[in-house]
Amino acid sequence: MSSFKELTGKAVALDRTNVDTDQIIPKQFLKRIEKTGFGQYLFYDWRYKPDGELNEDFELNQVQNQGASILIANENFGCGSSREHAPWALQDYGFNVIIAPSFADIFYQNCLKNGILPIVLSEAEVTYLLKEAATQPYKLTVSLEQKCVCDKDGFHASFEISPYWYNMLLNGWDEIELTLQLEGRITEYEEKFKKRDQASA
Amino acid sequence: MGKTIIEKIWENHVVHQEEGKPDLLYIDLHLIHEVTSPQAFSGLRVKSRNVRRPDLTFATMDHNVPTVNRQQIDDPVAKNQMDTLRSNCQEFGIQLADLDSPDQGIVHVIGPELGLTKPGMTIVCGDSHTSTHGAFGSLAFGIGTSEVEHVLATQTLWQGKPKTLKIEVSGSLGPGVGAKDVILSIISEHGVKFGTGYVIEFCGEVIKSMSMEERMTICNMSIEGGAKASIVAPDDKTFAYLNGRKYVPEGDAFLDSILDWKQLSSDEDAVHDMVIEIDGNKIAPMVSWGTNPSMTAPVSGRVPYLHECSTETEKKSLQRALDYMGLQEGQPITDIKVTKVFIGSCTNSRLEDLRAASEVVKGNKVAPGVQAIVVPGSQNVKKAAEAEGLAQIFIEAGFEWRESGCSMCLSMNADVVGPKEHCASTSNRNFEGRQGAGARTHLVSPAMAAAAALQGCFVDVRSLAGVEV
Repeated sequence: MSSFKELTGKAVALDRTNVDTDQIIPKQFLKRIEKTGFGQYLFYDWRYKPDGELNEDFELNQVQNQGASILIANENFGCGSSREHAPWALQDYGFNVIIAPSFADIFYQNCLKNGILPIVLSEAEVTYLLKEAATQPYKLTVSLEQKCVCDKDGFHASFEISPYWYNMLLNGWDEIELTLQLEGRITEYEEKFKKRDQASA
Repeated sequence: MGKTIIEKIWENHVVHQEEGKPDLLYIDLHLIHEVTSPQAFSGLRVKSRNVRRPDLTFATMDHNVPTVNRQQIDDPVAKNQMDTLRSNCQEFGIQLADLDSPDQGIVHVIGPELGLTKPGMTIVCGDSHTSTHGAFGSLAFGIGTSEVEHVLATQTLWQGKPKTLKIEVSGSLGPGVGAKDVILSIISEHGVKFGTGYVIEFCGEVIKSMSMEERMTICNMSIEGGAKASIVAPDDKTFAYLNGRKYVPEGDAFLDSILDWKQLSSDEDAVHDMVIEIDGNKIAPMVSWGTNPSMTAPVSGRVPYLHECSTETEKKSLQRALDYMGLQEGQPITDIKVTKVFIGSCTNSRLEDLRAASEVVKGNKVAPGVQAIVVPGSQNVKKAAEAEGLAQIFIEAGFEWRESGCSMCLSMNADVVGPKEHCASTSNRNFEGRQGAGARTHLVSPAMAAAAALQGCFVDVRSLAGVEV
């Protein structure tokens, strides 16, 4: 996994609640067997009109939002399907940070596992950021080390992240590698519950 | 203080605990399918890692599979994905219910049907509707592909301990009201994120009197309320369902298992972090009108008015949903016409669901201009439904009788709802574009979907002449 320490980048506002992973990456693009190349399909049905033409009204398509790396979203972002293609698409498009008042559980985990930082801020803070990013070209600095988000005009918000993921992201550790260091414990557990496992498959 | 069933199963599966880390949980059963597994296997290969417990891993193909002419897959990208699952299973020694297997079907239908799913287990799958298996008193939840890779390599997952939510459904359900209406009614009242961070325990008279199939429907959709998992304590119905299934131990071993399984319930003095009480008597047949499962009303109700919204955000989201669905504020549900009907999906494609729909369909005809399809959840369901004459009832009424798979729930195969077309669907998600670009999904029970097919619009199944519900 790639590590994450700090990022200063352009932020784009997507002020919609309950954005589900079917919107983030529609199902017709889930047939590929690679992890890469999903960015072109991100928010496909919103970015493109039914005839394939670019939908210029959609937030991501607006000129001032090109090259954004921080997505400001609204509550329950990433609900629905567990498809990890959603964070793959967001990352491939260029997003490395997503800020929202709340995230769906599986999506939140899927982001972390790919080195994308999902940040939960208060509703008031997100409302402020949504407004700023919607009205002007807007840059934010996100520091994982300091656990804070700030802009050049004095906005400053702290966020929480579990100590486990704080360290994983900062160091870019491979989670499976860490778990395999506990292989002895796993084997021990399997020995202890052998009877149950035999009955289970 | 006593423990909840959720805490008991959790504690039974902790492999390792350490300050500042989530718990490392052992996974008893890992179900995989073609869509969310290929990248996980590639990841293993890159690092020269192996599958730790192929014997605790079981695969099938469901998301992509055609429901007609299933041996001929025209979409080369879909075909490649299915071929990849087949070769991955071969390479790593994983059992696969392939397209030609009598056990093939939707992963959440075949798990219980084959007896792979058992009480007290931890079960994961790269699919959010894994919560279905919680109906058997197992802790079952959906995971992403990185986690699929982690489970393949280690048979464990790092998981933060969830909060617990007890939902008690008291009273009894009226005629024509089923499990789908219960869960839609809960989500319509409490929204799509009340369950975030929680595992739900469903209990109460209504749940107790439900069949295993109905419990699966309820647990299946708990993710639509934000809960990754939900659970029903196992009881005699659970044991009777499991008895004699392919992967359930027989004889004394089965009796021993029952003794263990009987320990799986919340202690009397156990305290859940949150409790919700629901009066089952008040639940009516439900129909979703909007673009998430909380946008749902009783069939006798109507679409909300914009002025009823309490916040600007809510108003904006209602307006978006109305525009997408092509509905007017205040429109009665029974005014909505449908041209597609889909009976299927991991929510409602089991034999009992097909029985409920066929009761309504029997002796009637699909309305002109409506295309109605029935997609059994598995080959075993299909065979059983054909044996007891259900298939014939559907076919005579003008329904199409298909092969098993996820089909029109997410329309990854050729079963698609057209733009602006309204579909009465027994599936679980009415998201924008879910059943096809511009498709307008309405979530309903199997009986309500059948009624809509006959009438060409939503109708209270309880009011249909000659239908005993």
